[in-house]
Amino acid sequence: MRVLMFGWEFPPHISGGLGTACYGLTKSLTKENVDILFVVPKLHGGEDVPRVDFIDAGKVPIKIGSHKEYTTHRIEEPGEEVSGVNISITTIEVESVLSPYRSSRYHAPVTHMESWSYTLEPTTHEVTQEVEVIDTFTHLFSGTYGPDLIEETNRYAEVATEIARNFSFDIIHAHDWMTFPAGIAAQRASNKPLIVHVHSTEFDRSGEYVDPKVYAIEREGVEKADHILAVSKWTKDILVYRYSIDAAKISVSYNGIMPKDLKTTSVMPSIGSHVVTFLGRLTYQKGPFYFVEAARKVLEKFPDAHFVVAGSGDLFPQVVERVAQLKLSSRFHFTGFLKGENIDKVWSVSSVYVMPSVSEPFGITPLEAIQAGVPVIVSNQSGVAEVMPHAIKVDFWKTDDLADAICNVLAYESLSTTLKKNSLKEIKNITWDKAAKKIKTIYHELI
Amino acid sequence: MNLSDTTTKQHIVLYFQVHQPRRLRPFRFFDIGTCGEYFDDKQNKAIAERVARQSYLPTNALLLQLIRKYPKIKVVFSVSGVAIDQFKEYTPEVLDSFRALADTGCVEFLSETDHHSLACMMPGDEFELQILDHTAKLHEHFNVRPTVFRNTELIYSDEIGRRVEALGFNGIFTDGIERILHGRSPHHLYQHSDLGGLKIFLRNYHLSDDIAFRFSHHGLTVEKYMAWLNGIPHHENVVTLAMDYETFGEHQKANTGIVKFLEGLLTAIAKQKRFVMATASEVIRTVKPHDTLSVPHYISWADQERDLSAWLGNDMQRDAFDCMVRMERDIKSIDDPDLLERWRWLQTSDHFYYMSTKKNDDGNVHAYFSPYPSPYEAFMNYMNVLNDFSYQVSEHERHPLNKQKAGAIRSEAERRELQVPTWAMNLQNSYEH
Repeated sequence: MRVLMFGWEFPPHISGGLGTACYGLTKSLTKENVDILFVVPKLHGGEDVPRVDFIDAGKVPIKIGSHKEYTTHRIEEPGEEVSGVNISITTIEVESVLSPYRSSRYHAPVTHMESWSYTLEPTTHEVTQEVEVIDTFTHLFSGTYGPDLIEETNRYAEVATEIARNFSFDIIHAHDWMTFPAGIAAQRASNKPLIVHVHSTEFDRSGEYVDPKVYAIEREGVEKADHILAVSKWTKDILVYRYSIDAAKISVSYNGIMPKDLKTTSVMPSIGSHVVTFLGRLTYQKGPFYFVEAARKVLEKFPDAHFVVAGSGDLFPQVVERVAQLKLSSRFHFTGFLKGENIDKVWSVSSVYVMPSVSEPFGITPLEAIQAGVPVIVSNQSGVAEVMPHAIKVDFWKTDDLADAICNVLAYESLSTTLKKNSLKEIKNITWDKAAKKIKTIYHELI
Repeated sequence: MNLSDTTTKQHIVLYFQVHQPRRLRPFRFFDIGTCGEYFDDKQNKAIAERVARQSYLPTNALLLQLIRKYPKIKVVFSVSGVAIDQFKEYTPEVLDSFRALADTGCVEFLSETDHHSLACMMPGDEFELQILDHTAKLHEHFNVRPTVFRNTELIYSDEIGRRVEALGFNGIFTDGIERILHGRSPHHLYQHSDLGGLKIFLRNYHLSDDIAFRFSHHGLTVEKYMAWLNGIPHHENVVTLAMDYETFGEHQKANTGIVKFLEGLLTAIAKQKRFVMATASEVIRTVKPHDTLSVPHYISWADQERDLSAWLGNDMQRDAFDCMVRMERDIKSIDDPDLLERWRWLQTSDHFYYMSTKKNDDGNVHAYFSPYPSPYEAFMNYMNVLNDFSYQVSEHERHPLNKQKAGAIRSEAERRELQVPTWAMNLQNSYEH
């Protein structure tokens, strides 16, 4: 079986959780003997996993107009467990200067990729060669595309039509709204069934102030799709109530978490015995002000507690101002955006991780905290709450409850150790292999 | 009664457990130091009333009616002290209905720890004290003197048997699990490995759970159940069935037919000749023990493990229990009966049961009983209450002693010096009257 998959980013060059999710999912799907043609707007080099080669850019030509440039890489994915079976992920690059989650600034010129997350694989000797390739592309094509993200999704769709005509595949799988027009175009060109995979909705990202254009694209995508994958029951409910989609057309497929080697964990000097951590983009969706409000209350009981705010985003200045206004600056540590090893360092000093998200389709960070041995408190308004019984759950707006939960974890060591022990055991069951098995079954039902 | 007649027969001992904990109200970390109220009276009242309406009252009425019709029907009850107190407060008609059953003479009441606690795991004589409190309560309300004991959730070991025998009981109930039976049948009366005076009743958990847990799963009928009973070999002469009394109408609602089933079963047993229903003390009087039974490690009737892990299985549970136990000395030196009573309410095993993080079937049973969304909330709430309670106790100590309190502390010190267990002194005092 061959799947034409449209993504927007792929590790190592990623700006959000979407790329990580695509990596985990495709890797596990190949173990299920699923071949994947993976299309992304821009390859940055290093889109690879160990023992996977980039080869022969010219094998899959796509004509998308004389002024536009493209290149194709063929990646052989041997897969560790499936030697002898011929499976592959083909990554097709469509040149673009876009980043997908620019929130309300789609029309602003793009100067750099905004990112808050970390790269998945360390840079290696091979990657350096690839970087040269990026330079070439950037140099050649940076002026070719406009900065308008919505316009980009339309161009991406044109390319999709081209690809759909030139490749053979059984099903189309599109990840999030930027790729929905492409998915629909490919569906039209090939008459193959379309699955759209909803990793987040405009309501998660923007609350009630949704961008009408984005909403329209999302809505068209979920309506025209033959089937929808939602990353949680929470997201499924949003699709049912906000997008009027029949619940029967939506399957919930939880994300997985990739096992991490703990030996590489970095540590840093302790900053105190009680460290409460927020890690994520400082945007409306992540609820940073609820964190600050809870912190104020916790400090009444634990005057020595420290609060780490790791991440950057729209709300960064307001959060800093609010903390100063409450005269809590000496207790707060703003690290800015963190990557790889620095995240591990923050985990190493954290007593508890708090994710007070207003609307979190899934939320992989709490699982990464658990992996690093940090107990977690998450909001009930998150998909991850559905798969993690061993976390404390509160409603994001109830800062009293949140403060109460934080105090309890700080005060009672046995609570903290039991949470850690049980949740570490539990995440072993939250795997991409499980998601891939379920998704493969859905593929078969549709073709 | 013709003794020689019954000894050749097969006995059925049917024992029902009646218990309702005093559930805690939501107590925040920020409430610590407010010396607040800990128990959710409103919720406890509502639950007592609901279970009374759905289960205790109709089932008691049914039993009374059946016993009047067939005096051969014998039933054994164990009603926890916390349940009795709540009936007295919230639903006195339940207490009346149990008293009416007691008056028939066909119903036996077992002794247990008054607060349905894990006092057997505490140092000192808290275990014995709570048993005597419960014994007094049974006498007060039902006018009975129990001679047979059942420990909280059938927790048992040789050591517990020894302590129970020392209090004068001649029988005890526990679960008939394979790892203590070593291939023997649970359908006999056993005796303690080195105390001839203590007989042991072993619950047949298959047949008990067929009613308590699996009734509606496989459409159980009276005929089917009687066929199972009749399949028991003739020489196996004591069949003990034990379950929560709330099985009838609360855990399994009346519309499942569970109450009708009970009526049909008791009628069928009363009408046949092979089995005779008996209370525990009747069996002890008439049946010779089959063999000795050694139980070196704690067992119970809870969860797959059938050990203490339902209450003390994880770090949180052990921490919470230890913190509660550590308060004993401070509480007892204050001599405030109200404070002591509240501390004992906090000992009720249910509080620790709610903190279990077990999964699957056992986890589902824990969750069914728990008023909390997760074991973590259960732990946090309990610990916050306990910390506030500690604070309250420490405040108490700061007040100057009045004469009465000083006297109490003096006599406590004397008791410790003489090394006389409190329960023995209490017993001594009761003999003098």
